[in-house]
Amino acid sequence: MSVEADNRTEQELIAAILGGQKHLYHALVRPVEKKIFMVVLAYVHNPSDAEDIVQEAFLDGYRHLATFRGEARFSTWITTIALNKARARMRRSSAHAEVSLDDAGDEDRAPAVSPALLRDWREIPSEALERNEVRTLIRQAVSELPESFRTVFVLRELEELSGEETAAALGISLALVKVRLHRARIQLQKSLAPALRSATEPHRKKRWPSWS
Amino acid sequence: MELNCRHVWEFLSGYLDDTLDAAVREDVERHLAHCEVCSAILDSTRNILVLTADDRVFELPVGFSDRLHARLNELIGEDPTSPEKT
Repeated sequence: MSVEADNRTEQELIAAILGGQKHLYHALVRPVEKKIFMVVLAYVHNPSDAEDIVQEAFLDGYRHLATFRGEARFSTWITTIALNKARARMRRSSAHAEVSLDDAGDEDRAPAVSPALLRDWREIPSEALERNEVRTLIRQAVSELPESFRTVFVLRELEELSGEETAAALGISLALVKVRLHRARIQLQKSLAPALRSATEPHRKKRWPSWS
Repeated sequence: MELNCRHVWEFLSGYLDDTLDAAVREDVERHLAHCEVCSAILDSTRNILVLTADDRVFELPVGFSDRLHARLNELIGEDPTSPEKT
């Protein structure tokens, strides 16, 4: 990656790449590659499939860079390409024949999940993430979200797309994005609040012996 | 309007994103001021979202970036023509 590339805007980078400085494509890709991977992984589950899809999406992105219009961010555009590839792959796999990102899934019609009820919350500092156990709890909770919620959640919270960008990337309405994001958050609170609290307070005394 | 806890939960996401109407937001805040359960739910949700979005939680497979850029290099190297312009 060339140093001067860091200070260029996305549009300037793209113009330079199309103008012949092809190696600058690496600089366009690097800041977004992790987020794209996480989005695809949230969708396909299998890291090696996700890696393949991400590679193909960035290769396609390069081949079709001239068709990219600056209305969206590069990462949003690549996300759309990657999710299309992920869908195509899932369609080929019979186990997921019924899955479609565009459908309002059963999850949307199910009654809303209630949050975990707490009387107080002591802030868990981000240093807690140094512990593998804590990271695993969070990853697991995210992976247990229904797929349609998880995809919206990852795009909004991890890739930091706006509601509108998420709606466009998934081909669903903004209202549905909001509903799914809300439900994903509540479900994570429900599963993670108690789990993280006990994981970060290892010395808390149990009220009853566990065998009683 | 007097909101009960369930109503407040429905507005939690909008409250966090600051997308509620001013009047609704006020109702939610009035409820939060005296409801320790809903306050704790809000605080824990916000805390969990910050932790979940932390870069350390989700890691790339070892060598992911190297493999990706090696593949890009193959393409960029092998095909000296610029992408087609439309």
